[in-house]
Amino acid sequence: MSWLIDFFGNAANWSGPYGIPVRLLEHLEFSGVAFLIAALIAVPLGMLTGHTGRGALIVVVSANAARALPTLGLLVLVVLLAGVGTAAPVLIPLIVLAVPPILVNTHEGIRGVDPDLRDAAYGMGLRGRQVLFRALVPVALPLILLGLRLAAIQVVSTATIAAFVGLGGLGRFIIDGIATKTYADVIGGAVLVAALALAVQLGFTLLQRVTVSPGVRNLR
Amino acid sequence: MKSEPLIRWDWITRNWDNGSPSAISTLLESHLLMAFVPVLLGLLVALPLGLACARWPRLYQPTAGLVNVMYALPSLVLFSIFLSVTGLTPATVIIPLTFFTLAVLIPAVVDGLASVPDHVRQSAVAMGFRPLRRLLQVELPVAVPVVLAGTRVATVSSISLVSVGALIGQGGLGELFMDGWQRQFYTPIIVGIALIVLLAVLADGLLVLAQRLLTPWSRAWRDAR
Repeated sequence: MSWLIDFFGNAANWSGPYGIPVRLLEHLEFSGVAFLIAALIAVPLGMLTGHTGRGALIVVVSANAARALPTLGLLVLVVLLAGVGTAAPVLIPLIVLAVPPILVNTHEGIRGVDPDLRDAAYGMGLRGRQVLFRALVPVALPLILLGLRLAAIQVVSTATIAAFVGLGGLGRFIIDGIATKTYADVIGGAVLVAALALAVQLGFTLLQRVTVSPGVRNLR
Repeated sequence: MKSEPLIRWDWITRNWDNGSPSAISTLLESHLLMAFVPVLLGLLVALPLGLACARWPRLYQPTAGLVNVMYALPSLVLFSIFLSVTGLTPATVIIPLTFFTLAVLIPAVVDGLASVPDHVRQSAVAMGFRPLRRLLQVELPVAVPVVLAGTRVATVSSISLVSVGALIGQGGLGELFMDGWQRQFYTPIIVGIALIVLLAVLADGLLVLAQRLLTPWSRAWRDAR
Protein backbone atom coordinates (compact mmCIF):
# COMPACT_ATOMS: atom_id res chain seq x y z
CA MET A 1 0.00 0.00 0.00
CA SER A 2 2.76 2.46 0.92
CA TRP A 3 4.18 1.81 -2.57
CA LEU A 4 0.94 3.01 -4.10
CA ILE A 5 1.05 6.18 -2.03
CA ASP A 6 4.70 6.71 -2.99
CA PHE A 7 3.85 6.36 -6.66
CA PHE A 8 0.55 8.16 -7.00
CA GLY A 9 1.36 10.76 -4.36
CA ASN A 10 4.55 11.81 -6.11
CA ALA A 11 3.78 15.05 -7.97
CA ALA A 12 6.66 14.43 -10.38
CA ASN A 13 4.77 11.40 -11.70
CA TRP A 14 1.87 13.55 -12.86
CA SER A 15 3.52 16.06 -15.20
CA GLY A 16 6.28 16.40 -17.76
CA PRO A 17 7.30 14.11 -20.64
CA TYR A 18 7.69 11.14 -18.27
CA GLY A 19 4.48 11.72 -16.31
CA ILE A 20 1.45 9.46 -16.12
CA PRO A 21 -0.73 11.51 -18.55
CA VAL A 22 1.91 11.44 -21.31
CA ARG A 23 2.65 7.74 -20.78
CA LEU A 24 -1.07 6.95 -20.84
CA LEU A 25 -1.54 8.83 -24.13
CA GLU A 26 1.45 7.03 -25.67
CA HIS A 27 0.05 3.73 -24.51
CA LEU A 28 -3.39 4.50 -25.95
CA GLU A 29 -1.85 5.73 -29.17
CA PHE A 30 0.01 2.61 -30.21
CA SER A 31 -2.51 0.18 -28.83
CA GLY A 32 -5.24 2.15 -30.62
CA VAL A 33 -3.44 2.14 -33.96
CA ALA A 34 -2.58 -1.56 -33.70
CA PHE A 35 -6.15 -2.43 -32.70
CA LEU A 36 -7.66 -0.40 -35.57
CA ILE A 37 -5.39 -1.96 -38.18
CA ALA A 38 -6.13 -5.44 -36.82
CA ALA A 39 -9.88 -4.76 -36.85
CA LEU A 40 -9.72 -3.39 -40.41
CA ILE A 41 -8.01 -6.60 -41.53
CA ALA A 42 -9.90 -9.16 -39.46
CA VAL A 43 -13.53 -8.00 -39.44
CA PRO A 44 -14.00 -7.93 -43.24
CA LEU A 45 -11.99 -11.14 -43.62
CA GLY A 46 -14.05 -12.91 -40.95
CA MET A 47 -17.27 -11.70 -42.58
CA LEU A 48 -16.05 -13.00 -45.93
CA THR A 49 -15.02 -16.45 -44.66
CA GLY A 50 -18.11 -16.73 -42.46
CA HIS A 51 -20.50 -15.71 -45.21
CA THR A 52 -18.98 -17.81 -47.99
CA GLY A 53 -17.86 -20.70 -45.77
CA ARG A 54 -14.49 -20.74 -47.56
CA GLY A 55 -11.20 -20.53 -45.69
CA ALA A 56 -12.50 -21.82 -42.37
CA LEU A 57 -9.37 -23.94 -41.91
CA ILE A 58 -7.09 -20.89 -42.21
CA VAL A 59 -9.14 -19.14 -39.54
CA VAL A 60 -8.78 -22.00 -37.06
CA VAL A 61 -5.07 -22.53 -37.76
CA SER A 62 -4.31 -18.82 -37.40
CA ALA A 63 -6.08 -18.72 -34.05
CA ASN A 64 -4.03 -21.61 -32.66
CA ALA A 65 -0.78 -20.33 -34.09
CA ALA A 66 -1.30 -16.87 -32.60
CA ARG A 67 -1.85 -18.32 -29.15
CA ALA A 68 1.39 -20.29 -29.33
CA LEU A 69 3.58 -17.44 -30.66
CA PRO A 70 5.46 -15.74 -27.82
CA THR A 71 4.78 -12.03 -28.34
CA LEU A 72 7.89 -10.91 -26.48
CA GLY A 73 10.12 -12.97 -28.79
CA LEU A 74 8.35 -11.69 -31.87
CA LEU A 75 8.64 -8.11 -30.64
CA VAL A 76 12.36 -8.38 -29.93
CA LEU A 77 13.03 -10.06 -33.26
CA VAL A 78 11.01 -7.62 -35.36
CA VAL A 79 12.53 -4.57 -33.67
CA LEU A 80 16.08 -5.91 -34.05
CA LEU A 81 15.47 -6.67 -37.72
CA ALA A 82 13.82 -3.32 -38.46
CA GLY A 83 16.11 -1.13 -36.37
CA VAL A 84 15.60 0.31 -32.92
CA GLY A 85 13.85 3.60 -32.27
CA THR A 86 10.78 3.65 -34.50
CA ALA A 87 7.26 2.77 -33.41
CA ALA A 88 6.13 0.95 -36.56
CA PRO A 89 7.87 -2.41 -35.87
CA VAL A 90 6.20 -2.63 -32.46
CA LEU A 91 2.82 -2.53 -34.16
CA ILE A 92 3.52 -5.76 -36.04
CA PRO A 93 3.45 -8.20 -33.07
CA LEU A 94 0.49 -6.34 -31.61
CA ILE A 95 -1.44 -6.70 -34.87
CA VAL A 96 -0.43 -10.36 -35.16
CA LEU A 97 -1.79 -10.83 -31.65
CA ALA A 98 -5.06 -8.98 -32.24
CA VAL A 99 -6.12 -10.37 -35.61
CA PRO A 100 -6.97 -13.98 -34.63
CA PRO A 101 -9.53 -13.37 -31.86
CA ILE A 102 -11.39 -10.88 -34.05
CA LEU A 103 -11.16 -13.15 -37.09
CA VAL A 104 -12.32 -16.29 -35.26
CA ASN A 105 -15.23 -14.66 -33.48
CA THR A 106 -16.45 -12.78 -36.56
CA HIS A 107 -16.21 -15.97 -38.61
CA GLU A 108 -17.96 -18.08 -35.97
CA GLY A 109 -20.57 -15.39 -35.37
CA ILE A 110 -21.58 -15.13 -39.01
CA ARG A 111 -21.28 -18.91 -39.52
CA GLY A 112 -23.39 -19.64 -36.46
CA VAL A 113 -26.44 -17.61 -37.49
CA ASP A 114 -29.50 -19.84 -37.67
CA PRO A 115 -29.72 -21.10 -41.28
CA ASP A 116 -33.52 -20.57 -41.21
CA LEU A 117 -32.90 -16.88 -40.60
CA ARG A 118 -30.47 -16.74 -43.49
CA ASP A 119 -32.98 -18.46 -45.77
CA ALA A 120 -35.74 -16.12 -44.62
CA ALA A 121 -33.58 -13.13 -45.54
CA TYR A 122 -32.98 -14.57 -49.02
CA GLY A 123 -36.68 -15.40 -49.27
CA MET A 124 -37.57 -11.79 -48.59
CA GLY A 125 -35.57 -10.86 -51.67
CA LEU A 126 -32.32 -9.66 -50.11
CA ARG A 127 -29.14 -10.21 -52.12
CA GLY A 128 -25.88 -11.72 -50.82
CA ARG A 129 -24.38 -8.52 -49.45
CA GLN A 130 -27.71 -7.27 -48.07
CA VAL A 131 -28.23 -10.57 -46.28
CA LEU A 132 -24.79 -10.20 -44.72
CA PHE A 133 -25.17 -6.63 -43.50
CA ARG A 134 -28.86 -6.50 -42.65
CA ALA A 135 -29.45 -9.94 -41.21
CA LEU A 136 -26.23 -11.79 -40.39
CA VAL A 137 -24.10 -8.99 -38.95
CA PRO A 138 -26.71 -7.69 -36.49
CA VAL A 139 -27.34 -11.21 -35.20
CA ALA A 140 -23.62 -12.01 -35.02
CA LEU A 141 -22.79 -8.69 -33.36
CA PRO A 142 -22.42 -10.02 -29.79
CA LEU A 143 -19.75 -12.48 -30.93
CA ILE A 144 -18.02 -9.91 -33.16
CA LEU A 145 -17.87 -7.52 -30.22
CA LEU A 146 -16.54 -10.30 -27.99
CA GLY A 147 -13.70 -10.84 -30.47
CA LEU A 148 -12.98 -7.11 -30.60
CA ARG A 149 -13.01 -6.93 -26.81
CA LEU A 150 -10.61 -9.85 -26.34
CA ALA A 151 -8.30 -8.35 -28.96
CA ALA A 152 -8.40 -4.87 -27.39
CA ILE A 153 -7.57 -6.25 -23.95
CA GLN A 154 -4.71 -8.32 -25.35
CA VAL A 155 -3.30 -5.32 -27.20
CA VAL A 156 -3.55 -2.97 -24.21
CA SER A 157 -1.88 -5.55 -21.94
CA THR A 158 0.82 -6.50 -24.39
CA ALA A 159 1.64 -2.92 -25.33
CA THR A 160 3.20 -2.86 -21.85
CA ILE A 161 6.15 -4.90 -23.05
CA ALA A 162 6.83 -2.38 -25.85
CA ALA A 163 8.62 -0.42 -23.14
CA PHE A 164 11.25 -3.15 -23.10
CA VAL A 165 12.40 -2.24 -26.62
CA GLY A 166 12.67 1.43 -25.69
CA LEU A 167 9.21 2.78 -26.48
CA GLY A 168 7.01 4.77 -24.12
CA GLY A 169 3.66 3.83 -22.67
CA LEU A 170 2.72 2.71 -19.19
CA GLY A 171 5.12 -0.22 -19.44
CA ARG A 172 7.99 2.23 -18.88
CA PHE A 173 7.10 2.50 -15.20
CA ILE A 174 7.19 -1.30 -14.81
CA ILE A 175 10.29 -2.01 -16.90
CA ASP A 176 12.31 0.92 -15.52
CA GLY A 177 11.11 0.16 -12.01
CA ILE A 178 12.33 -3.43 -12.29
CA ALA A 179 15.67 -2.26 -13.71
CA THR A 180 16.22 0.23 -10.88
CA LYS A 181 14.50 -1.90 -8.20
CA THR A 182 12.02 0.93 -7.53
CA TYR A 183 9.07 -1.22 -6.56
CA ALA A 184 6.75 1.76 -6.06
CA ASP A 185 7.03 2.45 -9.81
CA VAL A 186 6.57 -1.23 -10.71
CA ILE A 187 3.41 -1.60 -8.64
CA GLY A 188 2.08 1.83 -9.64
CA GLY A 189 2.60 1.07 -13.33
CA ALA A 190 1.03 -2.36 -12.90
CA VAL A 191 -2.04 -0.84 -11.26
CA LEU A 192 -2.37 1.70 -14.09
CA VAL A 193 -2.18 -0.98 -16.80
CA ALA A 194 -4.66 -3.17 -14.94
CA ALA A 195 -7.05 -0.23 -14.58
CA LEU A 196 -6.73 0.52 -18.28
CA ALA A 197 -7.45 -3.11 -19.23
CA LEU A 198 -10.50 -3.15 -16.98
CA ALA A 199 -11.68 0.18 -18.44
CA VAL A 200 -11.44 -1.33 -21.92
CA GLN A 201 -13.43 -4.34 -20.74
CA LEU A 202 -16.09 -2.08 -19.25
CA GLY A 203 -16.16 0.13 -22.37
CA PHE A 204 -16.91 -2.85 -24.57
CA THR A 205 -19.63 -4.10 -22.23
CA LEU A 206 -21.33 -0.71 -22.51
CA LEU A 207 -20.82 -0.62 -26.29
CA GLN A 208 -22.48 -4.02 -26.52
CA ARG A 209 -25.49 -2.76 -24.53
CA VAL A 210 -25.91 0.15 -26.91
CA THR A 211 -25.29 -1.54 -30.27
CA VAL A 212 -26.82 -5.00 -29.96
CA SER A 213 -30.46 -5.01 -30.98
CA PRO A 214 -32.82 -5.92 -28.11
CA GLY A 215 -34.32 -8.67 -30.25
CA VAL A 216 -30.94 -10.35 -30.59
CA ARG A 217 -30.15 -9.94 -26.91
CA ASN A 218 -33.26 -11.88 -26.00
CA LEU A 219 -32.24 -14.75 -28.24
CA ARG A 220 -29.47 -15.70 -25.83
CA MET B 1 28.94 -3.48 -39.63
CA LYS B 2 28.79 -6.89 -41.24
CA SER B 3 25.33 -8.33 -41.45
CA GLU B 4 24.49 -10.98 -38.88
CA PRO B 5 23.07 -14.23 -40.29
CA LEU B 6 19.56 -15.02 -39.05
CA ILE B 7 20.67 -18.24 -37.48
CA ARG B 8 24.04 -19.65 -36.46
CA TRP B 9 23.67 -23.40 -36.11
CA ASP B 10 26.98 -23.82 -34.31
CA TRP B 11 25.74 -21.52 -31.49
CA ILE B 12 22.86 -23.93 -30.88
CA THR B 13 25.07 -27.00 -30.64
CA ARG B 14 27.55 -25.17 -28.39
CA ASN B 15 24.86 -23.89 -26.01
CA TRP B 16 22.43 -26.79 -25.95
CA ASP B 17 23.79 -28.53 -22.89
CA ASN B 18 26.99 -26.80 -21.81
CA GLY B 19 26.32 -27.07 -18.08
CA SER B 20 25.80 -23.34 -17.54
CA PRO B 21 22.52 -22.07 -16.03
CA SER B 22 21.71 -20.45 -19.39
CA ALA B 23 22.12 -23.66 -21.41
CA ILE B 24 19.17 -24.16 -23.73
CA SER B 25 18.28 -27.54 -22.18
CA THR B 26 18.23 -26.03 -18.67
CA LEU B 27 15.96 -23.20 -19.83
CA LEU B 28 13.73 -25.74 -21.55
CA GLU B 29 13.36 -27.68 -18.29
CA SER B 30 12.43 -24.61 -16.24
CA HIS B 31 10.09 -23.49 -19.01
CA LEU B 32 8.28 -26.83 -18.91
CA LEU B 33 7.97 -26.61 -15.12
CA MET B 34 6.60 -23.06 -15.15
CA ALA B 35 4.19 -23.80 -18.02
CA PHE B 36 2.70 -27.11 -16.85
CA VAL B 37 2.42 -26.61 -13.10
CA PRO B 38 -0.14 -23.77 -13.59
CA VAL B 39 -2.25 -25.99 -15.85
CA LEU B 40 -2.21 -28.84 -13.31
CA LEU B 41 -2.95 -26.53 -10.39
CA GLY B 42 -5.62 -24.83 -12.49
CA LEU B 43 -7.32 -28.16 -13.20
CA LEU B 44 -7.13 -29.18 -9.52
CA VAL B 45 -8.88 -25.96 -8.46
CA ALA B 46 -11.21 -25.51 -11.44
CA LEU B 47 -12.77 -28.99 -11.22
CA PRO B 48 -14.24 -28.63 -7.70
CA LEU B 49 -14.98 -24.94 -8.21
CA GLY B 50 -16.66 -25.59 -11.57
CA LEU B 51 -18.66 -28.43 -10.03
CA ALA B 52 -19.80 -26.13 -7.24
CA CYS B 53 -20.79 -23.43 -9.77
CA ALA B 54 -22.74 -25.99 -11.80
CA ARG B 55 -24.54 -27.27 -8.71
CA TRP B 56 -25.31 -23.86 -7.18
CA PRO B 57 -25.86 -21.52 -10.17
CA ARG B 58 -25.98 -18.53 -7.83
CA LEU B 59 -22.23 -18.96 -7.33
CA TYR B 60 -21.52 -18.73 -11.03
CA GLN B 61 -22.20 -15.02 -11.64
CA PRO B 62 -19.69 -13.69 -9.09
CA THR B 63 -17.13 -16.37 -10.03
CA ALA B 64 -17.48 -15.54 -13.73
CA GLY B 65 -17.05 -11.84 -12.98
CA LEU B 66 -13.92 -12.45 -10.94
CA VAL B 67 -12.55 -14.75 -13.61
CA ASN B 68 -13.16 -12.13 -16.32
CA VAL B 69 -11.22 -9.57 -14.32
CA MET B 70 -8.33 -12.01 -13.83
CA TYR B 71 -8.27 -12.70 -17.56
CA ALA B 72 -8.06 -8.99 -18.34
CA LEU B 73 -5.04 -8.45 -16.08
CA PRO B 74 -1.84 -8.40 -18.14
CA SER B 75 0.58 -11.19 -17.22
CA LEU B 76 3.45 -8.73 -16.78
CA VAL B 77 1.33 -6.81 -14.26
CA LEU B 78 0.72 -9.91 -12.14
CA PHE B 79 4.34 -11.02 -12.48
CA SER B 80 5.59 -7.66 -11.24
CA ILE B 81 3.13 -7.59 -8.35
CA PHE B 82 4.13 -11.09 -7.25
CA LEU B 83 7.79 -10.21 -7.70
CA SER B 84 7.54 -8.16 -4.52
CA VAL B 85 5.97 -11.12 -2.66
CA THR B 86 7.68 -14.26 -3.91
CA GLY B 87 10.89 -12.72 -5.29
CA LEU B 88 13.05 -14.30 -7.94
CA THR B 89 11.56 -17.80 -7.83
CA PRO B 90 9.50 -19.81 -10.32
CA ALA B 91 6.50 -19.19 -8.05
CA THR B 92 6.42 -15.58 -9.25
CA VAL B 93 5.50 -16.91 -12.68
CA ILE B 94 3.56 -20.02 -11.63
CA ILE B 95 1.03 -18.27 -9.33
CA PRO B 96 -0.13 -15.59 -11.82
CA LEU B 97 -0.29 -18.15 -14.64
CA THR B 98 -2.45 -20.34 -12.41
CA PHE B 99 -4.93 -17.46 -12.12
CA PHE B 100 -4.82 -17.17 -15.87
CA THR B 101 -5.49 -20.87 -16.48
CA LEU B 102 -8.33 -20.71 -13.94
CA ALA B 103 -9.93 -17.95 -16.01
CA VAL B 104 -10.08 -20.37 -18.93
CA LEU B 105 -10.72 -23.62 -17.05
CA ILE B 106 -13.56 -22.67 -14.68
CA PRO B 107 -15.91 -21.63 -17.54
CA ALA B 108 -14.80 -24.78 -19.41
CA VAL B 109 -15.81 -27.05 -16.52
CA VAL B 110 -19.13 -25.25 -16.05
CA ASP B 111 -19.91 -25.29 -19.79
CA GLY B 112 -18.80 -28.92 -19.99
CA LEU B 113 -21.22 -30.00 -17.27
CA ALA B 114 -23.96 -27.88 -18.86
CA SER B 115 -23.30 -29.73 -22.13
CA VAL B 116 -24.46 -33.01 -20.59
CA PRO B 117 -27.91 -33.56 -22.16
CA ASP B 118 -30.78 -33.74 -19.71
CA HIS B 119 -32.00 -37.09 -21.03
CA VAL B 120 -28.57 -38.60 -20.31
CA ARG B 121 -28.67 -37.34 -16.73
CA GLN B 122 -32.21 -38.58 -16.28
CA SER B 123 -31.37 -42.00 -17.74
CA ALA B 124 -28.54 -42.26 -15.23
CA VAL B 125 -30.92 -41.41 -12.38
CA ALA B 126 -33.45 -43.93 -13.70
CA MET B 127 -30.75 -46.61 -13.84
CA GLY B 128 -30.16 -46.08 -10.15
CA PHE B 129 -26.93 -44.03 -10.22
CA ARG B 130 -26.32 -42.16 -6.97
CA PRO B 131 -25.23 -38.50 -7.39
CA LEU B 132 -21.50 -39.14 -6.82
CA ARG B 133 -21.32 -42.15 -9.11
CA ARG B 134 -23.44 -40.33 -11.69
CA LEU B 135 -20.99 -37.45 -11.60
CA LEU B 136 -17.88 -39.61 -11.92
CA GLN B 137 -19.16 -42.18 -14.42
CA VAL B 138 -21.65 -40.23 -16.53
CA GLU B 139 -21.44 -36.45 -16.27
CA LEU B 140 -17.67 -35.93 -16.13
CA PRO B 141 -16.90 -38.29 -19.04
CA VAL B 142 -19.55 -36.58 -21.18
CA ALA B 143 -18.07 -33.20 -20.22
CA VAL B 144 -14.54 -34.25 -21.23
CA PRO B 145 -14.49 -32.70 -24.75
CA VAL B 146 -15.44 -29.23 -23.49
CA VAL B 147 -13.09 -29.39 -20.48
CA LEU B 148 -10.23 -30.60 -22.68
CA ALA B 149 -10.88 -27.85 -25.23
CA GLY B 150 -10.39 -25.37 -22.39
CA THR B 151 -7.31 -27.25 -21.19
CA ARG B 152 -5.79 -26.99 -24.68
CA VAL B 153 -6.29 -23.21 -24.73
CA ALA B 154 -4.88 -22.89 -21.19
CA THR B 155 -1.85 -25.10 -21.95
CA VAL B 156 -0.87 -23.43 -25.20
CA SER B 157 -1.29 -19.91 -23.75
CA SER B 158 0.59 -20.87 -20.61
CA ILE B 159 3.54 -22.20 -22.63
CA SER B 160 3.81 -18.96 -24.57
CA LEU B 161 3.12 -16.64 -21.59
CA VAL B 162 5.95 -18.06 -19.47
CA SER B 163 8.36 -16.23 -21.77
CA VAL B 164 7.02 -12.84 -20.58
CA GLY B 165 8.48 -13.82 -17.20
CA ALA B 166 11.90 -13.13 -18.72
CA LEU B 167 11.22 -9.44 -18.08
CA ILE B 168 11.31 -10.16 -14.35
CA GLY B 169 14.17 -12.64 -14.64
CA GLN B 170 12.17 -15.92 -14.63
CA GLY B 171 11.28 -16.68 -18.20
CA GLY B 172 12.50 -20.15 -19.13
CA LEU B 173 13.12 -20.03 -22.85
CA GLY B 174 12.11 -16.36 -22.75
CA GLU B 175 15.58 -15.68 -21.33
CA LEU B 176 16.86 -16.37 -24.84
CA PHE B 177 14.94 -13.30 -26.06
CA MET B 178 16.71 -11.12 -23.47
CA ASP B 179 20.08 -12.58 -24.42
CA GLY B 180 19.48 -12.00 -28.14
CA TRP B 181 18.20 -8.48 -27.54
CA GLN B 182 21.13 -7.42 -25.38
CA ARG B 183 23.69 -8.75 -27.85
CA GLN B 184 21.75 -7.86 -31.02
CA PHE B 185 22.03 -11.54 -31.88
CA TYR B 186 19.17 -13.18 -33.80
CA THR B 187 19.94 -16.86 -33.19
CA PRO B 188 18.79 -17.19 -29.53
CA ILE B 189 15.58 -15.28 -30.30
CA ILE B 190 14.71 -17.55 -33.21
CA VAL B 191 15.63 -20.68 -31.21
CA GLY B 192 13.39 -19.46 -28.36
CA ILE B 193 10.40 -18.76 -30.60
CA ALA B 194 10.83 -22.07 -32.45
CA LEU B 195 11.10 -24.15 -29.26
CA ILE B 196 8.10 -22.46 -27.64
CA VAL B 197 5.91 -22.96 -30.70
CA LEU B 198 7.14 -26.56 -30.98
CA LEU B 199 6.32 -27.23 -27.30
CA ALA B 200 2.87 -25.71 -27.76
CA VAL B 201 2.15 -27.81 -30.83
CA LEU B 202 3.37 -31.00 -29.10
CA ALA B 203 1.33 -30.35 -25.95
CA ASP B 204 -1.74 -29.54 -28.03
CA GLY B 205 -1.28 -32.73 -30.04
CA LEU B 206 -0.99 -34.82 -26.87
CA LEU B 207 -4.21 -33.32 -25.51
CA VAL B 208 -6.03 -34.07 -28.77
CA LEU B 209 -4.76 -37.64 -28.47
CA ALA B 210 -5.93 -37.78 -24.84
CA GLN B 211 -9.37 -36.63 -25.93
CA ARG B 212 -9.57 -39.40 -28.53
CA LEU B 213 -8.61 -41.99 -25.91
CA LEU B 214 -10.99 -40.59 -23.27
CA THR B 215 -14.02 -40.33 -25.55
CA PRO B 216 -13.99 -43.47 -27.70
CA TRP B 217 -17.76 -43.17 -28.16
CA SER B 218 -17.56 -39.94 -30.18
CA ARG B 219 -15.57 -41.76 -32.87
CA ALA B 220 -17.91 -44.74 -32.89
CA TRP B 221 -20.81 -42.35 -33.22
CA ARG B 222 -19.19 -40.54 -36.15
CA ASP B 223 -18.34 -43.83 -37.89
CA ALA B 224 -21.88 -45.07 -37.49
CA ARG B 225 -23.32 -42.10 -39.32
